[in-house]
Amino acid sequence: MSNSPAVEITQLVKRYGGRAVVDGLDLVAARGQVTAVLGPNGAGKTTTIECCEGLRRPDDGRVRVLGLDPLQQAAALRPRVGVMLQDGGLPTGVRAIEMLRHISSMYARPREVSELSERLGIDSFATTSVRRLSGGQRQRLALAAALVGRPEVVFLDEPSAGMDPQSRNAVWELVRELRTEGVGVVLTTHLMDEAEDLADHVVIVDHGAVIARGSVADLVAAGDDRTLRFRTEPGLDAVDLAGVLTAAGPADGSLAAVHETTPGEYLVTGAVDPRVLAALTAWCAARDLLASRISVGRRTLEDVFLDLTGRNLR
Amino acid sequence: MTAAPPGLAAPAWRRVLSQATFETRLILRNGEQLLVTLILPVLLLIALAQPDLLELDTGGARRIDFVTPGILALAVMSTAFTSQAITTSFDRRNGVLRLLATTPLGRGGLLAGKVCAVLAVEAVQVVVLGGVALALGWEPPIAGLVPALVAIGLGTAAFTSLALLLAGTLRAEAVLAVANLLLVLLTVAGGAVVPATMLPGPLATLAPLLPSGALGDALRGALLDSGLPVGSALVLLAWTIALALGAGKLFRWS
Repeated sequence: MSNSPAVEITQLVKRYGGRAVVDGLDLVAARGQVTAVLGPNGAGKTTTIECCEGLRRPDDGRVRVLGLDPLQQAAALRPRVGVMLQDGGLPTGVRAIEMLRHISSMYARPREVSELSERLGIDSFATTSVRRLSGGQRQRLALAAALVGRPEVVFLDEPSAGMDPQSRNAVWELVRELRTEGVGVVLTTHLMDEAEDLADHVVIVDHGAVIARGSVADLVAAGDDRTLRFRTEPGLDAVDLAGVLTAAGPADGSLAAVHETTPGEYLVTGAVDPRVLAALTAWCAARDLLASRISVGRRTLEDVFLDLTGRNLR
Repeated sequence: MTAAPPGLAAPAWRRVLSQATFETRLILRNGEQLLVTLILPVLLLIALAQPDLLELDTGGARRIDFVTPGILALAVMSTAFTSQAITTSFDRRNGVLRLLATTPLGRGGLLAGKVCAVLAVEAVQVVVLGGVALALGWEPPIAGLVPALVAIGLGTAAFTSLALLLAGTLRAEAVLAVANLLLVLLTVAGGAVVPATMLPGPLATLAPLLPSGALGDALRGALLDSGLPVGSALVLLAWTIALALGAGKLFRWS
């Protein structure tokens, strides 16, 4: 049992009122690794995590955390799992440090509360009532509550939402340390840089199922594509430009999509090579457009994510 | 269910004790809760003890002996029902119930902690209200103390079940309104402080069947006649079973 992965989910299905929010999801998260679960709002991330925490009963499929069933073997599992909920789960009428001490009293050998609160800067608001804490302070307190029991697996639902950069760095540092200690970390996030910086393993979820998985390097290197970004007037004919660039590019024609990501900012994805860049500047020159901030780079995790899940608002 | 592995979680009794202390402290520190659970009953006790304030048919008993059991019934209702319904509903809205359910405390421990916290606050109420009543000349029969404790236990079970039923099904703001309103209604017209026999019309027949009326009658029976009225005890038991079943079935944790 000690060799079972931190989390093992097989064909998980969860329905709300007949609608499948999670629909055949498979996921394995290893111990000593950070697994980031990415996905648009409503993709089923939180529901999946809640099934792992024993807060929801799966309609179908199998969930194992440290080899144990989160519902049937809850009592054995709970002391070994740390949970940070998206909405915090903190009572409002207590002081921050009282809340942390209370959670720590549930464990036989908790972490030193003073050490943890110093690490996460809780000291500075220890005697403030939870009601008066800022969003970022609550997040740090909730994270401390998740870690105080020395868990072997932690589930962090959007851990750095609402945090200032300093707090976020402190949180990331702590997460890396957990990984070194062999803790399995499963986090959901909307922050691509958080996933790029922290995750050993990224799982992209949409419509209740996994649509891509792998290390960040695996995901961005897929197809050996590059990106070409530039800025000029808004409202260019992206279809025409894409045609011109595709014709100019490599013979296999694996180009090229052109997206106006924000008005006046353009992103070309595909097999960008020197001829494509020349064709772009020629196309602009013919229209008397001065393109600025032209840059060729690797795809980022965000590019991959948007390619996979679409650029439209939902 | 497997047991918690030794050496990782604190022992079950310590988890429940910790939760009970935590909740008790929160209630006793909260101004609004103190107002409802202690200050209001004390003021009402002092007021009703005054001979001229309200015409009461005490059936031959001394006024303070007659009034105190009803005030104790009110105290049980304020803690087991109003205060518990409000805290639980806000804890539910804020995700506190879900978070605690993921710690070694678990859902069972959380419930046990809540019940112990209710009993602890009631102990404080009994000491304070009993003290004030004794100072006003209350002379409870020694033989009635055990039946009174049984009545308080039955009332606590019924009203805590009602609190959880409301807190687990309604929005927090709605619970806040309903829990306070019901407390006032049950106190005045539900047979808790003013006995059912003194209520007008159909209320006189209805009130003894309400948990408030049954609890008031049970406490008056215990502390005036040194015995637990079987009918009232059965009414409380029936309410407990019905409300606890309802809460168990309908309670939503989020």
